[in-house]
Amino acid sequence: MQLVQAPSWGNLPGDSGSLSIDLRSFVGAENVLIRGMGRSYGDVCTNSTGKLLATKFLNKFLRFEPETGILTCEAGVTISEIQRMFVHRGWMVPVTPGTQFVSVGGAIANDVHGKNHHSMGTFGEHVLSLNLLRTNGELLSCSKQENPELFHATIGGLGLTGFIVQATIQLQSVPGPWLQTENLIFGDVDEFLAISDDTEDKWKYSVSWIDCAKASSTRGIFMRGNPVAAENRKEPQPRNLNFPFTPPISVVNKLSVKVFNQAYFKLNAIKKGTRVTHYQPFFYPLDAVQNWNRMYGRNGFYQHQCVVPRVDGEGVLREILQVIQKSGQGSFLSVLKTFGDREPAGLLSFTRAGITLALDFPNHGESTLKLLEALDGIVISAGGAINPSKDARMSRETFEASFPRSFEFQQFRDRGISSDLSKRLMGS
Amino acid sequence: MRILVVGATSTIAIECERIWSDSPGAHLMLAGRDLKVLRSLAQDLEIRFPKASFEILTCDFTDANSIQEAIDSVDVVDLALIAHGELTDQVSAQSDLTVVEKSLDVNAVSPVLFAEAIVRKFEHQNSGTLIILGSVAGDRGRRSNYVYGAAKGLLETYVQGLQHRFANSGIAIILVKPGPTATKMTLTMAKPPKGMADPSDVARAITKVASKNKSRIVYIPGKWRLIMFIIRNLPRTIFNRMDI
Repeated sequence: MQLVQAPSWGNLPGDSGSLSIDLRSFVGAENVLIRGMGRSYGDVCTNSTGKLLATKFLNKFLRFEPETGILTCEAGVTISEIQRMFVHRGWMVPVTPGTQFVSVGGAIANDVHGKNHHSMGTFGEHVLSLNLLRTNGELLSCSKQENPELFHATIGGLGLTGFIVQATIQLQSVPGPWLQTENLIFGDVDEFLAISDDTEDKWKYSVSWIDCAKASSTRGIFMRGNPVAAENRKEPQPRNLNFPFTPPISVVNKLSVKVFNQAYFKLNAIKKGTRVTHYQPFFYPLDAVQNWNRMYGRNGFYQHQCVVPRVDGEGVLREILQVIQKSGQGSFLSVLKTFGDREPAGLLSFTRAGITLALDFPNHGESTLKLLEALDGIVISAGGAINPSKDARMSRETFEASFPRSFEFQQFRDRGISSDLSKRLMGS
Repeated sequence: MRILVVGATSTIAIECERIWSDSPGAHLMLAGRDLKVLRSLAQDLEIRFPKASFEILTCDFTDANSIQEAIDSVDVVDLALIAHGELTDQVSAQSDLTVVEKSLDVNAVSPVLFAEAIVRKFEHQNSGTLIILGSVAGDRGRRSNYVYGAAKGLLETYVQGLQHRFANSGIAIILVKPGPTATKMTLTMAKPPKGMADPSDVARAITKVASKNKSRIVYIPGKWRLIMFIIRNLPRTIFNRMDI
């Protein structure tokens, strides 16, 4: 069937596997991977030696109960569509990642989190049931009651336990598309943690950006929000900005990182204080520019997201930031957040109590890989973990240290399914 | 507004339905071949647009009487879109006459029969807008897809005739010629062309043209007007050397 290269969002060089929409070929297939929107940064969504089957056209709503907000839909429905269709009826997805252009299947397979982990946990916590098709032709209904172990393994199971065909999720009741938001400035990690502690039980959403380019301090902006009823406001129109082509080399470099981070800080420092914000710019600031990943040029970029325990978290973060500054490879966008202490929804869920830091680095080859490995070392020795959903290069040892239950996970895998990530981190 | 969509489950049709269903008082009549697929489409649209209403009709798309009956069975139609089509494998067409026959039946005869039944209804109503999905492939026959192209080319001549027939009346006939678009149809090609248009963008352009209620032949995206002007006017000696 179709032969199209479908790189992951990180745009790293190399094959991605051939992409087809012929979902019927899934049963009986070998070395196949189901692919949603391809918004994962790393190789969880590529399969260079095998087949990729896209859920692009598997995108129907199947059932909605307006009284309870329980929605059943096919796996290819995007979070963007759910938000748009239901926000004016008083419902939104309870948990959303930083882009709305992800599929429901992908959100489950990666058990994604958002700015409200401390209050609502991960996407997987709100999945009531799902239908899982295995390459041997079995179609299994999974929930906490039915096939509970497979259900638990499929949430955050990186797409390796079967093809999530449809899911039933509990939407969250909201007053509308608006949030009351507040921006605060912090000067270092201590201040960030103090604000975090003060925020968690009063604000549903929180996220921070830190200026990774400034050597002397770790200043940043703390953003928090609560849903709010705001009548008769004009909703912002999407602006359709687009990064039109992939330049040969990254436009993200030492100078632009510095300039951008300084400007971003200044701009937000002016905007500090409270205001009413639409959910789109608050949840999805990066969605404002389509194809923004192209700015990293033909070699693409890596995202590194870690979580470290709160105890000694400050010291660990400081060490990470020092190593980055010493390397001279600034992160364009650095996002800091605390995770709440919750029971993980999946066997391989990444989120756990602690502090999480997400960093983007242009791919400069060996030197970037070395830097990322050094960061892994710091995280693992602090008892932390690296997020596999965003990774394209961590070692098997790092993965196994991050996920002690990864051995237990193997028994739930569908042997017909594999990804570049599963071959790299699980051996097949 | 009462809107009839023939070939309602095609990718571009679905995108148009999602735009039309969002307008106040929309009633969509969804026509197709497979009742089960139509039901799930209607269910999806009902969930998305609780204020709109939907009905389903099925018929044999290659049978004139069945088509006539289906169109007779619906009430007033303000706007109709004929969107069905099937990609033809040119290579197998060259060795199997039934492939050629099927392509002409589905891509040319069937849309013309539907259009003829619909404009008869429009004539009684004294109003209506009909949109037919053609293709840039119909502009000049090429060895890589001339059977499909010929069917789409027939639609254009047919539309010209209808436009002439209904000139200076309240009835508008529109032929839309999309360039290659990333649909279920094109994405099953062995080698889909690069840089295909997004179906939701094509649908937005179609609904915009439809709202003007004026007879036209339009390319979507607009750049194809220029590209196809050049291709149509290339001297044969040059054209024959091109692998398109």
